[in-house]
Amino acid sequence: MPHESTAEHWGSEAARAHAAHLGMWLFISTEVLLFAALFTTYGVYRSVYPEVWREAQAHMDVTLGTVNTVVLVTSSVLVALAVHATREGRPGTGGALLGLAALLGVTFLVLKGVEYAGHAREGGLPGEWYRLEALPKPGASLFFSLYYLLTGLHAVHVTLGVGVLTVLAVRAAAGGFSASDHTPLELGGMYWHLVDVIWLFVYPILYLS
Amino acid sequence: MSPPVAEPGALPPDNYLSEGRTLWSWLTTRDHKRIGVMFLMLTLGFFFLGGVFALALRIELLTPGRTIMGHLAYNRSFTLHGVIMVWLFMIPAIPSAFGNFLVPLMIGARDVAFPRLNLASVYLFLLGASVALWGMIQGGADTGWTFYTPYSTTTGTAVLPVLLGVFIIGFSTILTGLNFIATVHLLRAPGLTWMRLPLFVWAIYGTSIIQVLATPVLGMVLLLVALERVVGAGIFDPARGGDPILFQHLFWFYSHPAVYIMVLPSMGVISEAVCAFSRKNAFSYRMIVYSTMGIAFVGFFTWGHHMFTSGESTFGAGAFGVMSMLVAIFTAIKIFSWLGTLYRGSIALEAPLFYVLGFMFFLFSGGMIGVAYATTSLNLHWHDTYSVVAHFHFIMVGATLMAFLAGLHYWFPKMFGRTYPGALANAAAVLVVFGFIATFVPQFLLGNAGMPRRYADYPPRFQSLHVASTAGASLLAFGFLSIAGYLAWSLRHGALAGDNPWGSLGFEWQSQSPPPTRNFDVTPVHATGPHQYAPGEPRHAA
Amino acid sequence: MNELLRRLFFLPEQGSTFATRVDALHFAMLLTTLGVGTGLGLTGLVFLVRYRRRASAEPTPHLIAPVWLEAVFVSVPLALFLLWFALGFRQYVWVESPPPDAMDVYVTAKQWMWKFAYPGGPSAIDTLVVPAGRPVRLLITSRDVIHSFFVPDFRFKRDAVPGRYTEIWFEAPRPGRHQVLCAEYCGLDHSQMRGEVVVLSPADFEAWRASRREGVPVAGESMAERGEHVAASQGCLQCHSVTGVPHIGPTWWGLYGRVEPLVGGGKVLADEAYLTESMMDPLAKVVAGYPPVMPSYHGRLSAGDAGALVEFIKSLRPPRPGPPVAEEPVYVPTGR
Repeated sequence: MPHESTAEHWGSEAARAHAAHLGMWLFISTEVLLFAALFTTYGVYRSVYPEVWREAQAHMDVTLGTVNTVVLVTSSVLVALAVHATREGRPGTGGALLGLAALLGVTFLVLKGVEYAGHAREGGLPGEWYRLEALPKPGASLFFSLYYLLTGLHAVHVTLGVGVLTVLAVRAAAGGFSASDHTPLELGGMYWHLVDVIWLFVYPILYLS
Repeated sequence: MSPPVAEPGALPPDNYLSEGRTLWSWLTTRDHKRIGVMFLMLTLGFFFLGGVFALALRIELLTPGRTIMGHLAYNRSFTLHGVIMVWLFMIPAIPSAFGNFLVPLMIGARDVAFPRLNLASVYLFLLGASVALWGMIQGGADTGWTFYTPYSTTTGTAVLPVLLGVFIIGFSTILTGLNFIATVHLLRAPGLTWMRLPLFVWAIYGTSIIQVLATPVLGMVLLLVALERVVGAGIFDPARGGDPILFQHLFWFYSHPAVYIMVLPSMGVISEAVCAFSRKNAFSYRMIVYSTMGIAFVGFFTWGHHMFTSGESTFGAGAFGVMSMLVAIFTAIKIFSWLGTLYRGSIALEAPLFYVLGFMFFLFSGGMIGVAYATTSLNLHWHDTYSVVAHFHFIMVGATLMAFLAGLHYWFPKMFGRTYPGALANAAAVLVVFGFIATFVPQFLLGNAGMPRRYADYPPRFQSLHVASTAGASLLAFGFLSIAGYLAWSLRHGALAGDNPWGSLGFEWQSQSPPPTRNFDVTPVHATGPHQYAPGEPRHAA
Repeated sequence: MNELLRRLFFLPEQGSTFATRVDALHFAMLLTTLGVGTGLGLTGLVFLVRYRRRASAEPTPHLIAPVWLEAVFVSVPLALFLLWFALGFRQYVWVESPPPDAMDVYVTAKQWMWKFAYPGGPSAIDTLVVPAGRPVRLLITSRDVIHSFFVPDFRFKRDAVPGRYTEIWFEAPRPGRHQVLCAEYCGLDHSQMRGEVVVLSPADFEAWRASRREGVPVAGESMAERGEHVAASQGCLQCHSVTGVPHIGPTWWGLYGRVEPLVGGGKVLADEAYLTESMMDPLAKVVAGYPPVMPSYHGRLSAGDAGALVEFIKSLRPPRPGPPVAEEPVYVPTGR
């Protein structure tokens, strides 16, 4: 039976945690390459349409973007603190911090929605629905397509992350983790940091540069 | 191993096959061996389906003009042949089927690192395959397996389900790769250092790295094409300022390494089989390991050689050409080591060895055609002709499929505890090797003569070579059917194999055949690498 | 020998100067492959016979490859491969670099036909007529999906990509006929998308061209003249002057072959590719000092009109007593 042999399979709990971490790192590398394809596309078209893209960028809501950056970084810090608290033997605190981080994740999504609504009113929609009169179509519609792709794919990851954090928070509140046994919490934290780091690349290339 | 007392004529009672005989016990299993067998059955099924399309194509090409189908049906058929063979057979065949079954056995582990993910990988594969096949029932795509834009974004056929299916299968591939990397890193038996790992494990390890790193890019590209069809995202559409060539770059960034996903594991199989059937250690273990990892690495930097005719910059063509030459060297080293392993061995002429020899010949020929393409100037003539078709069939069918059959015949007793009729297997092996030559050598010559690929209709001057190729294909089909026949028969009626019918010193043979669910009663401890047939210190060949 | 090998490997006739060059390498590689392949096969066979298993548990020696042998098996093939690459790449660069005196032909692919347009004269569907013994540069594009212009007798193909021009050149030494095939899968009738290159002797070619000119509806209208009409009817001249005075856009006077500075840094040579790109995708590379206001003419200009416009722009050059050579498009005819 597979689960019977699991303990023997791994030898020790530490080895099992080690494996889980290695698996997570591998997963993270696939995520990075998933986004890398989009970043490459961004780089190519940015060099093809430097002027148009600069103007398209002027239609980004830098304030909301910056607020969202702060929100996401804060929640990432909270998750780090939660992991820390659990390691120190305060899983209850950890659970509360996780809940807060998940709330911030929801805030991020709401703000993102507000931003999308703004673009939709303006006509900055992807592909064939692009209606922004102020900018010539070829390059600018590409900018908006990539904007929606990058932020949309990221938002999907945030949504998943919020789900993961919520489950972890509930489990932590129910006393599911201890100082010695909290691998799922660390893995969930790694995932949330990944989501945060990806945003730290998405934000400057779309809003700032 | 001393198996528990078995009735005469029956398999050892304590084996993974007898663990539960219901369908449910298979569908919920986390045993890597059962998962490997499930993948084996699934991929063989898809191989049959893809083969039916291949035969239909060959029959259509018997005459110029219409033979049995029109242009649209032909275009759909070659697309389905490609999609099925590449994504539903070649990519999972050796890593997911043999890799799952053998890697834990070879490294002395009870299972892979993440058995539940492993089962998820089967279901993702099934889901993806179903979605793709659903697309086939919808009429099927007619884009070719490469989905080149802007054709794939504008054609009216059922491209979306096929894209989606391949996208899902990509996740299955990633999970399998991730699992193997963690398994090889963490679950090796005591004493099994990296440089004692069986070469098959090295090959699967290299393959897994490619799977984990390249597949996400493919997933993103397919997603972009799908979005282009659904919302007109415009990323690859020149009318919206997009660049169709960018698609080719991103697609081949995955799909060139994917060629190594298909061929590296087969090299691993050959490395094992050559040692087992010549009773020798690997002639140059170190070089095979380095070249495996070299291929996995350099393979990421050669994608541009698919685009020499697309107006690629001269510098790009040069750089990709040189990188491609380097990859070829890694392959040359392996052929050298395999030949060296045969030298002064004790060579048993069993069916797997016939396939090994066929493999070496086809890998060499196909590889050398590849080297010729990398000169860039010759590529201008050969690109997108039947020469390319022949080239990648030499590698995919000639090499990978031969290795798959070698592995199937080598490990069949391990997996099912029974042997097959040896003389019949040898005859079938000879038939398959010659059927292959008869099918694809004419195609290479067709390419030389200038016959482009993906042609439903052709100028009459090409007909004689097409007829020759179709004749060869029917030989091949006959060979495959006879193999299916005697292997199916042997599943029940084959002679009992015993634990190690070949007398092989590969690590997987240290367990019982078929292995018990727990693989080993006592975890093996290794003081040397596999296939050390002669005791004592190694000597350098004079 | 050449003829024998050509027939042995089923290669078609050598219809261009490139074909003759490339076939030598072709033969060298195929013969080496055959030779080494036979050698490997024989070695394997000898091993099989000599070392076949005679008893079930025969002892075998524990052999590993000495380092020098490994080095030989790495370096010899590598040296050979790199040599082939060097030879092949030289030919590749050669066929990528048209000589300056080449005759231009615009090739437009669409599902499922080829259109050939001559700067100074008529256009034709599916038949490309060229003079023997003169280099011909093909400027290839597509109206819809990707195609590939493939002439087996010339030993090359070049993709026709929508939205951009690719180029390649050839010189057919003798009069003759050569089949054109589409080599990039382009849909339903991909296999029917055939054409023909007809090579005529120079005299015959001139006669043909003259006869074709008479058949063209607007008699005597050259490509440049047609371009002038297109420029007027499409409103190009509202922003571009032909007199050398900068207007909303850069002047066309002497534009062809000029190196223009770009907004955001960099420079671009105003050649056929850039001019065409600027019509189809005007904002990709905007010349410094001008606003990015030009609309795209993609879909509004046929490929023939675009080619005619380019020819018109090319005709607008100052009468130069001693033209600075560097201002001509810079071609690097290597290997000649």
